[in-house]
Amino acid sequence: MEAITQLQYAFDAPLGLGLLWLAWRTLACQDLFEAVVSFAAFGLLMSLAWVRLDAPDVALAEVAVGVGLTGALLLAALAKLRSSKMNEDAAGQLGKEGSEVGRPQWLPLVVLLSVAAGLGHAVWSLPLYSAGLSPEVALHLETSGVSNPVTAVLLNFRAYDTLLEMVVLLLALLGVWTLGGTARRPEAAPGPVLDTLVRLLVPVLILVAAYLLWVGAHAPGGAFQAGALLGAMGVLMLLAGWRLRTSLMALPLRLTVVAGPGAFVAMAVITLFIEGRLLEYPPQHAGTLILILETVAALSIGATLAALFLGSRPQDLENR
Amino acid sequence: MSAAFAYALVGVGLFSLGLYALIVHAHLLRKILAINVMGSGVFLVLVALGGRTREAQPDAVPHAMVITGIVVAVSASALALTLMLKLVAETGRAELPTHRRE
Amino acid sequence: MTLSEYFSAALLFAGAFFFLAGTLGLLRFPDVYTRLHAVTKADNVGLGLMVAGLTVQAETWTAAGKLLLIWLLVLLTGSTVAHLISRGALRRGIQLWKL
Repeated sequence: MEAITQLQYAFDAPLGLGLLWLAWRTLACQDLFEAVVSFAAFGLLMSLAWVRLDAPDVALAEVAVGVGLTGALLLAALAKLRSSKMNEDAAGQLGKEGSEVGRPQWLPLVVLLSVAAGLGHAVWSLPLYSAGLSPEVALHLETSGVSNPVTAVLLNFRAYDTLLEMVVLLLALLGVWTLGGTARRPEAAPGPVLDTLVRLLVPVLILVAAYLLWVGAHAPGGAFQAGALLGAMGVLMLLAGWRLRTSLMALPLRLTVVAGPGAFVAMAVITLFIEGRLLEYPPQHAGTLILILETVAALSIGATLAALFLGSRPQDLENR
Repeated sequence: MSAAFAYALVGVGLFSLGLYALIVHAHLLRKILAINVMGSGVFLVLVALGGRTREAQPDAVPHAMVITGIVVAVSASALALTLMLKLVAETGRAELPTHRRE
Repeated sequence: MTLSEYFSAALLFAGAFFFLAGTLGLLRFPDVYTRLHAVTKADNVGLGLMVAGLTVQAETWTAAGKLLLIWLLVLLTGSTVAHLISRGALRRGIQLWKL
């Protein structure tokens, strides 16, 4: 074996074992806060694994969404959980929330081992080389309007999946709003350091999101990464105590959130009339259409993710 | 064994660990963490098996599916966390009623 | 390997050494404030050295500019996060470690 392959194995083995160990720590830890922090570290190692597997778009999405936003959501939920429990039982079970981890039980262990063995055998018996769909993607890449194959797949070849995904995001937000939102937690006032950081970072984040959106056509990037960055910007502003003006809460927020799926559906109907099939772009305009769709999708994803983090319904915030 | 199969087996291990934790734990936040770990395992299997092409470029379709999956996982986690907080507000415990020892 | 590649590798190794030192401090220091100090300072310097090493290998000036921007952003956010964590720890009453 050449030296570079051995060096790669020296990197892969600690990464794979570290992933398994961090996952075990996340799931077996006594303290819930430690478990959530371990989960965030696990997500960071996963993004390293994506880079190692030549998937930079997935790495960007994992870091922004999987680590940043999921970590923020989990920590916010944990804080609300602990504050609501402390209001309930005055015995003050501070830090003991959820620390009942049972002994290993034999029936789930049997299920675990049989599932692992079956899946492992299925994976192991796959052929060593398989082109998958990459020949078809490479064949049609020039007519797709972009030169990044992942963006082409997301927004042209499998645009229907992306439409459904935008609808899933909207449904999750509607679910959170329908449940009545979560209770408002009394927040400490942000100090001058966090406030200054937010004021410095928000323009930079908007610029980087626009850059990711533009560059996604020919390099790793794209609408989801840009939208996740805008969502992270929204979460940062919410954590620093910024809130939208109430006049912007009712209609503009809802329009922004609906604009993403709406643009995809509108594009589907338009292409149905032009080309006779849903979401089949005319090749000479494909690049422009993809850029328009990506921009609207990124704005919508950012607004939806920030609204998911806030949790409160717009009408509750309006009536304050 | 190539790197693709090694990472795919790690993904299988993550999925199994998450499944075990989902079954065994009673606390809903731990269940949500377990589902996220299972999802990460599935994504790892998808992307690792997509890297089995003979050329240097991996297959782009699993990458797109995993990006979609990551965004769907975060929205499902947000909804699940809201459901858990509503359950705590109603019953005072973050566990499903059948788990409680009467 | 050319001279610039050796230089870049030396900078990358130096950066990795600083990361190692910072992680050693994270594991061995007695309380949260000293650990924050170790991690923030050593990791920022380590990242700066690694960014310098990658800048030597960068092919265009815009790539070097992006790497520098990454380092500046990590400096900014890292110090702010360290401040916020220590402020939260003080609020919870975690005492500073005394000899």
